Amino acid sequence: MLYRENGQFKTSYAADQQIFPIIQDRVLIVAMLVVAFVVVPLVAPEYLFRAILIPFLILSLAALGLNILVGYCGQISLGTGGFMAVGAYAAYNFFVRIDGFPVVVAILLGGACATVVGVLFGIPSLRIKGLYLAVATLAAQFFTDWAFLRIKWFTNDSSSGSVSVSSLQVAGWTIDTPAEKYLFCLMFLAVFGLLAKNLVRSHIGREWMAIRDMDVAAAVIGIRPVYAKLTAFAVSSFIVGVAGALWGFVHLGSWEPAAFNIDRSFQLLFMVIIGGLGSIMGSFFGAAFIVILPIALDNLTVAVGLNTALASHLTFMVFGGLIVFFLIVEPHGIARLWSMGKEKLRLWPFPH
Amino acid sequence: MKLKSLALAAAIAFAGLSTALTSPAAFAQAKEQFFPVLVYRTGAYAPNGVPFANGYVDYLKYINAKGGINGVKISYEECETGYATDKGVECYERLKGKNGGATVFQPLSTGITFALTDKAPGDKIPLITSGYGRADTVDGMAFKWNFPLLGTYWTGADILIQHLAKKEGGADKLKGKKIALVYHDSPYGKEPIPLLQERAKHNGFELQLLPVTAPGVEQKATWLQVRQSRPDYVLLWGWGVMNSAALKEAVATGYPREKMYGVWWSGAEPDVKDVGAGAKGYNALAMQHGAEPNAKIVQDILKEVHGKGQGTGPKEEVGQVLYMRGMIASMLAVEGVRRAQERFAKGKVITAEQARWGFENLALDQKKLDALGFAGVMRPVSTSCADHLGSSWARIHTWDGSKWAFSSDWYEADDSLIKPLVKASSEKYANEKKIARRAPADCQS
Repeated sequence: MLYRENGQFKTSYAADQQIFPIIQDRVLIVAMLVVAFVVVPLVAPEYLFRAILIPFLILSLAALGLNILVGYCGQISLGTGGFMAVGAYAAYNFFVRIDGFPVVVAILLGGACATVVGVLFGIPSLRIKGLYLAVATLAAQFFTDWAFLRIKWFTNDSSSGSVSVSSLQVAGWTIDTPAEKYLFCLMFLAVFGLLAKNLVRSHIGREWMAIRDMDVAAAVIGIRPVYAKLTAFAVSSFIVGVAGALWGFVHLGSWEPAAFNIDRSFQLLFMVIIGGLGSIMGSFFGAAFIVILPIALDNLTVAVGLNTALASHLTFMVFGGLIVFFLIVEPHGIARLWSMGKEKLRLWPFPH
Repeated sequence: MKLKSLALAAAIAFAGLSTALTSPAAFAQAKEQFFPVLVYRTGAYAPNGVPFANGYVDYLKYINAKGGINGVKISYEECETGYATDKGVECYERLKGKNGGATVFQPLSTGITFALTDKAPGDKIPLITSGYGRADTVDGMAFKWNFPLLGTYWTGADILIQHLAKKEGGADKLKGKKIALVYHDSPYGKEPIPLLQERAKHNGFELQLLPVTAPGVEQKATWLQVRQSRPDYVLLWGWGVMNSAALKEAVATGYPREKMYGVWWSGAEPDVKDVGAGAKGYNALAMQHGAEPNAKIVQDILKEVHGKGQGTGPKEEVGQVLYMRGMIASMLAVEGVRRAQERFAKGKVITAEQARWGFENLALDQKKLDALGFAGVMRPVSTSCADHLGSSWARIHTWDGSKWAFSSDWYEADDSLIKPLVKASSEKYANEKKIARRAPADCQS
């Protein structure tokens, strides 16, 4: 009744090719943006920003990047943490070594460096596929871990290997309070979300999907696997690198390579799988599930009054159980549940 | 599954989660002094994290049993960090505003310390990093909110080298010797390196750096290198499971345990217990105290806390090395608050900012320590604006197969090498962060 497209006629190609062809969706997304950009910064408490919203936004961005590679192009990668680290450390080096270097440019250049590394480690994908590729990208993870631990130049010769940045300024705007940091991340996410959505709808996104679905058939109809796979690696690592730079600069403030270890790679891969492979929306669902749920469970178990060790173990158990539950109920991820919900809503309240 | 029931379940779950998430923000103006407790009772570092946490909490309970700090009761809440930096930051954010505001944070992880060092000044909450954290935070003029009381990794490394020099029969005898540092490959393990390099230059020994990937279960390659290069001494900078793994590897390689020296985080019961007799002869630094089962404070806690069924951990562990360290960390926090109460508001809840003054003006002389029950456990501590360390005394203790026993006299870190390093490092930090050093007038606040 509420959510139906009857009577909404598309009279031009532009109208037909919109991201949100139905007016209800457009209203909803505008309302969400208004809430995210205006209402949340006004009302949310500091804890919500620092512990939940900022990590959620940044990891959504990283999951979005990974989803392009894994979900759209079908190349499983376990090197995401490594690409994030490249983004963070490259941005750090630009930022500290050159006095007065603008933050946004440093972060984007961090993404650019991650692109180069990502393409480099993507080259094996031309010959190896599936799980074997996952193992090959694992090398990227271990290599970057090693490089940032051992090569002192990358960490500006810091004695402990821990680096930190502060006084982030964008054109006179000092990003200081949690709300400002949140807005800063949100802007990145909004821009990259829009870019990614349009990219996967374009011819290049269709090439990725063709490669994912059957690479031989795709090659036969004239899609160059080299080009398609490497562009997927490039775009994906760029976004992941930017997310890494944000994670270091905005969320942690000071970090060591352990912040981008193999656990981070797995975490992001799980986000993409649980959220929904090949779905932009799914990246957000996955990030929400993996970032917010454990913290919420943790708060809940502690609020109930369990002791710390038991609460922490219980969180792990419930969280693990929920992952299994969701994968059984909907193997295609939470995004699929969402689209099923929308289908049902169309017929509601008179299903046939 | 039917979509309806799933949607219902999701809605219920969401409602539950949102209450859980908003509850930490609910401020309650309490009449109690709130101490957040960051702990790790799970994960690879739990064997060492648990006794520390038990000691910390037991002492707070003990103070409450004795009537609080000049009548002000203590409230506390634990938060599990798992030794992970991002989790630690979340805990910090969760607890800092609770129950009228956190008094002081003790992160118990060098990585978390690094992250919180940037956040604490903004929130005006002091950090005590007793025996860990950034070594350069000794300089209170640059690091107003950090208190590495009793020791840093630079003082620790310095004392170990002093001990080796004494053993060899003089500092000049170290020339040409080979000393290997087997360290946890994290900010924690890397922290002593600058000082050791300086020392190596100064004393003419060769320093070999052997990193072990966290958490340190797999060390075969490292000990193969030890076997090849046969260093005269091995310094062990491990934590948690890495320590016992290192000792087992040393047994397997046949490296004499008598020539192994651990830092104070590598010299507790959980580290050697599993290796038992194999670890006999292994030495470690004792930051002020060792295992003190006979100290008066330990007996008091056994009576007042464990005797009344309020004890946090097993009774047998009371008085062990890490338990004592947690207890002393807790005591320093409590005494800082007591000191601040004397100046600001005796018998009232004080703010974190006021507590900071207390930590900066700690004056625990022998008489006070004796009265607290810490006679023989530690030496006097007094801090000042410029010196946030307070005291750098340490001894060496040796595992005799069943217990830790002291095997050296007291040492104090040699400032001549540490001071310039601290100054250079803290100045670099201040420049990077574009913060000004504190003016002398600021010391009165």
